[in-house]
Amino acid sequence: MSTSNPHFSGYGLGLRKEHYCDFLETSVPVDFVEVISENFMVAGGQPRHILRQVRERYPVALHGVSMSIGTAEGLDTDYLRRLKSLVDEIEPLFVSDHLSWSRSGGFNAHDLLPVPYTDEALDRVCANIHQAQDVLGRTMLFENPSSYLAFEGACMTEWEFITAMARRTGCELLLDVNNVFVSASNHGFDALAFLDGIPAERVRQVHLAGHSQGRDILIDSHDSPVCTGVWELYARAMQRLGPVATMIERDDEIPPLAELLQELSMARTLGAAL
Amino acid sequence: MNLAQLQQAFRRWLVNASDESAQLLGSNHVGLAVYQNNYRAQLVGCLEQAFPNLRRWLGEQAFLAASITHIDNHPPHAWTLDAYPEGFHATLKDVFPQNPDVHELAWIESALNEAFVAADAQPLALEALAELDWDTAVLQLTPSLRCHDLTTNAEAIWSALWQETCAPEAVMLEQAGGLLVWRRQFTSRLRQVDALELQAVQQVQADGSFAGLCEFLVQRLGEDAGVMQAGEYLAAWLGSELIVGVRDV
Repeated sequence: MSTSNPHFSGYGLGLRKEHYCDFLETSVPVDFVEVISENFMVAGGQPRHILRQVRERYPVALHGVSMSIGTAEGLDTDYLRRLKSLVDEIEPLFVSDHLSWSRSGGFNAHDLLPVPYTDEALDRVCANIHQAQDVLGRTMLFENPSSYLAFEGACMTEWEFITAMARRTGCELLLDVNNVFVSASNHGFDALAFLDGIPAERVRQVHLAGHSQGRDILIDSHDSPVCTGVWELYARAMQRLGPVATMIERDDEIPPLAELLQELSMARTLGAAL
Repeated sequence: MNLAQLQQAFRRWLVNASDESAQLLGSNHVGLAVYQNNYRAQLVGCLEQAFPNLRRWLGEQAFLAASITHIDNHPPHAWTLDAYPEGFHATLKDVFPQNPDVHELAWIESALNEAFVAADAQPLALEALAELDWDTAVLQLTPSLRCHDLTTNAEAIWSALWQETCAPEAVMLEQAGGLLVWRRQFTSRLRQVDALELQAVQQVQADGSFAGLCEFLVQRLGEDAGVMQAGEYLAAWLGSELIVGVRDV
């Protein structure tokens, strides 16, 4: 059984190539950086070299998008082996992925596809989490994704599913406040019920991001600043969670680092108000 | 419908967008359309990022049409999107069967991408050669090295596109040659070579034997010229950091 991750309450940013020079050549006022694990699960070359250099200067959280923890057929052992190699080298602050699936029958969608909130899916997700945590030798964090589709036959809410998953596997949680906002809007549930429903003591990290308005639904696009509604939800979340590592994700329309640091100062202000 | 069946239906929706799969997933067309769009946009973006100069060469519309053909016929299977561009050259051969320049440009960009993240290896220090028995020496080439036949002026086209200058018209080479792609430190390199050097590199890639290289070149060029050519290649490959190890067997 792997042990819990330490409580860490700093503020960070996603490390993107547009800002590599800033992080390597200046002292960026962040407490940690988060990287997309798969971008560095390569044999060698500049990406891994840069990550080693960044790791010498900042704690690093590894955030994956391809573990496919909800897949019906068990995890990809080659993927786990490569992730384990990266984890062993980087000694990250956290290792996280999403409560979603992308792989089925030799096909990989490369998207965070929704899991049905059923007993069968819960059994499968828990078995997969046990497998991943056993291979990695550490407790993982799993993030609630944005979703655009709910399945008939669900027998529990998303937060009930997450609570049962955490209880049965010992995994911890990455709460994406923007994803709660987007999914609540798309599916018509109460975002505060989500925040009240998850086990607060298991949340180790919080994500903030921007979204966009699609046709009839909100899209988790990570291409714009955090909106007022998400900041308000973050403030409510922090009241419940207490100090917890928080970072801002921006994956498209990436602005100069100074703009993201200014956005991050908003999170610091809200966190300090607790 | 169990979890595996649901995921198979979702796969069919993403790949084929069939009404049957949509019905199995609950006919939420707005939500399904978002996932369908994400899937296809991500794969188009992956190919655009992997082949920027090929895209310029073909033009936006032709590249997009080839990408759509590829996505329709070849759903991704690997855990990493980095693997998806690997199969694009086969689609290009189907779509542009009379355009070897297109096939060779695609190979160049694929090889450069692969070399960029290939395993690290330190170039061989000259001191390592001092005590070597050349009759039994086995050379180890960098793991980032990729080799390919060259029949067109694709290297000149790619270089012009990369430098954002006017690219030449595609023409067949008077004599077929080869392409080498490898990484020096953190920078991927591309070099056009003649057919003899391509075969020589491939000979060393296959068994590493320096004596075998000499024998191959002697057969092609004669005793004196063959041995001299082997020495010249060795010096050039060392200078280019193509050789990363050597041992006696």
